[in-house]
Amino acid sequence: MSKLSRSEKLAILADAAKYDASCASSGSVKRNSLKSGGIGSTGGMGICHSYAPDGRCISLLKILMTNYCMFDCLYCINRSSSNVRRAAFTVQEIVDLTLDFYKRNYIEGLFLSSGIIRSPDYTMEQLVEVARQLRVVHRFGGYIHLKTIPEADPELLKRAGLYADRLSINIELPDDASISRLAPEKDGKLIRKTMANLGRQVREAKAERKTSRKAPLFAPGGHSTQMIIGADASDDAKILTTSDGLYGSYGLKRVYYSAFSPIPDASNNLPLQAPPLMREHRLYQADWLLRFYGFSVSEIMQGGTAGQLDLTIDPKLAWALQNRARFPVDINRADKESLLRIPGLGGKGVAKILQARRFSGLRLADLERICQSVRKILPFITAVDWHPGKRLDSLSLYDRLKPPPEQLDLFAV
Amino acid sequence: MAANLQSNRRTYNDYRMALKNEVDIDGWRTHARALLQAGVAPDRVTWTVAGRSDGRQLDLTGPAALPEPDADRPARSIRIAKPLLSLINTGLLHRNEDRFDLAYRLLYRAQSVPGLHGNPADADVLKLNGYAKAIRRDIHKMHAFVRFRKIGDCGAGREQFVAWFEPDHHITEAVAPFFRNRFTGMDWLIVTPEASIAWDGGKLSVGPGGRKEDVPQEDVIEAEWRTYYAHIFNPARVKVAAMKSEMPMKYWKNLPEAELIPGLLEQSGARVDAMVAQPQDTVRFAERATGSAIEPPASLDQLYQMLQQQTDAPMEKFAPTLVRGAGPENAPIMIIGEQPGDQEDQQGRPFVGPAGQLLDRALAEAQLDRQQLFLTNAVKRFKFTPRGKRRIHETPNVGEINYYHWWVEQEIRLVNPEIVIALGATAARCLTGKAVKIARHRGTILPFIADRSLLITVHPSYLLRIPDAQGRQVEYAKFVRDLEAAAASVRQDRASG
Repeated sequence: MSKLSRSEKLAILADAAKYDASCASSGSVKRNSLKSGGIGSTGGMGICHSYAPDGRCISLLKILMTNYCMFDCLYCINRSSSNVRRAAFTVQEIVDLTLDFYKRNYIEGLFLSSGIIRSPDYTMEQLVEVARQLRVVHRFGGYIHLKTIPEADPELLKRAGLYADRLSINIELPDDASISRLAPEKDGKLIRKTMANLGRQVREAKAERKTSRKAPLFAPGGHSTQMIIGADASDDAKILTTSDGLYGSYGLKRVYYSAFSPIPDASNNLPLQAPPLMREHRLYQADWLLRFYGFSVSEIMQGGTAGQLDLTIDPKLAWALQNRARFPVDINRADKESLLRIPGLGGKGVAKILQARRFSGLRLADLERICQSVRKILPFITAVDWHPGKRLDSLSLYDRLKPPPEQLDLFAV
Repeated sequence: MAANLQSNRRTYNDYRMALKNEVDIDGWRTHARALLQAGVAPDRVTWTVAGRSDGRQLDLTGPAALPEPDADRPARSIRIAKPLLSLINTGLLHRNEDRFDLAYRLLYRAQSVPGLHGNPADADVLKLNGYAKAIRRDIHKMHAFVRFRKIGDCGAGREQFVAWFEPDHHITEAVAPFFRNRFTGMDWLIVTPEASIAWDGGKLSVGPGGRKEDVPQEDVIEAEWRTYYAHIFNPARVKVAAMKSEMPMKYWKNLPEAELIPGLLEQSGARVDAMVAQPQDTVRFAERATGSAIEPPASLDQLYQMLQQQTDAPMEKFAPTLVRGAGPENAPIMIIGEQPGDQEDQQGRPFVGPAGQLLDRALAEAQLDRQQLFLTNAVKRFKFTPRGKRRIHETPNVGEINYYHWWVEQEIRLVNPEIVIALGATAARCLTGKAVKIARHRGTILPFIADRSLLITVHPSYLLRIPDAQGRQVEYAKFVRDLEAAAASVRQDRASG
């Protein structure tokens, strides 16, 4: 086999990394290079430097160190039994590539993951070494996200946290039985144990920083995980319950949902079909309801049937239609929690309503200026000059509020 | 209030306030303060910007001067809430000409309605908020979409980069600190039509605007960036509207990666179809046609005797001992290794060396009894290179493997197992006649000749060679799992048969 150029390796190892959903570069500490004289900064919010035609942001250089892997996880394109072309970057190549891209303002930083080569410890050591060289040798101040390997030595995880802004461990699938069936080398229990360990270190470091500014940072951007949707039979209720548990027990920043995409050379044991993108979208919406809107999993699932979310309408609307007795909500008097439950009204809209109503009672004209779409919220609210009347009880409300049917796209996948 | 306004009314009702340039916010602030102190109503003020080639601004009817402070009345005290001030400072970078008017009107109104800026339903507040939002977005997009091109390295280890960018609003100076804080360690210059900003490691400077042609048109790394862009795109999820809303087409002309978009979209459908329609390459290992003039042996004993007498067997580099297979002659599982090793050659029995011991351990873990299995090798003699007193194992070549193939086939026919387990590449090649990727096919029950099954896995000697203990453990577990799969398939056959 002839030696691959850096560009050829990049093609293979970017291809291999694109099934990772996260590209977030936000939520870390504020940092710049004024003092160090190096390159790189992080602000409160991340920057998306480009967008791919799949609508996803390109913020980080998201690559695998290598797609050689001794593990054989059926849903993964890089599993050892896959026919995919293989390549491996050296530590130096990744460091150079990151700096070359960063200096041209293509990226916010690096999201590095890897197949397991030689052993989990060896692989993890290499990942940590990339981060160390960037930070220490090159005074790199950009964002670093390392995908850590649960099977590796906890000591390595600790070192990774010193250099990385964010660490993540993939939970992979919603339940342990699916993990042992589809990813025989992995162990759900071990993954959760490592995650708990990681969560504890993030929490402790944060607490220490509060008492001393000199305390070392440990993954200040927190930790996250990813779950694959549609590769096993888990229903939405199961998935959301798992997420809720993860947020609660391990202090995760985010749970990413990744619809299982048909991958080249997929395993026989998996559904070969277009990825359930709408399902993934609804799960993200439900995830938001869990984290920012005060919903519980059981409340969200009231809007679904047989453990699955309604794919036609968003989960908040679905919940509201099952709980019409709680509406209409008086936009001028209701508390924040009730406002947040109005379908079509988000956190920002609620904040604006709370502020605006201090000046005067709100009318529809005021709401039109404040909200994204008044049409959507009308059946669920009362304002100074508005009452939905019998609309709310109408059986056809569902049909009227669902999105208009889309024309079939010749090129749709 | 009304009385105050009345007292300030002059013969002309228009104050023409001149600003030095589009981003002369300091000038605006000075004027606005004076106007406010004099209580001049917003509808009597016009703001002009020097150098703006706009016919309307040649209208010189109004006084450029401010009203004289009224000696009888002390100047009004002005109250400006901080959030309003910062909203104005941002909003004034907007390209719309009415921004100076709007900002002054808000300032004026805020004097009688404190907290006005906090009312998101107010039309003026809404408008200026809209401007500020547009500015923040424009700044954010400039942070995101500037693309530096390298023009050189000067001594001292500093590299030089230049970029061309076309912002929508007057934000160029405002973004300079961001780029300084981020790209401190390199020299850079960003040119826009209106202004340019530069950093040399010590000082930020602002200069006149320029043209796209002034900036180099390529950079070697751009090819790699395009490679990355094309390969991070997942053709299974096309969302063009989402992309365009975040990366509007007006920016595309200055983004090196954007030229790829039409092509990527065009191919995406076909790429996904190819993935979904891709036939599974389930391997079917057919019987190999091996015409042999030799009469097939009737028993294993006869087989090994016949083989012993063959004169055309490859002997160069091979030890003379023929190592026979071992195990019950009707074993349901037959394991085929590569060739006898040093120990096997000395003892004349298969799988007794270090690899054999590891196999024993793995078999036990997989609940298989070695005594009930038939174990043999693809090549029946030990191939080696002498080094001092030691005999170093050498892998048999294709010709040597092929020579023994017919004999292995006879062994299988005579033992008649339900499943054959091939350990390693040599055994797999012997049985299938082709090079087999072990990693790809291992662990699955494959159909094999005469209704038998075949399972391919690694050779235990491979496990012994893994230097990393942790890695060895992972591979060992996989090996045991493969053996378990073979055992399970036999049990299943028994249960259903």
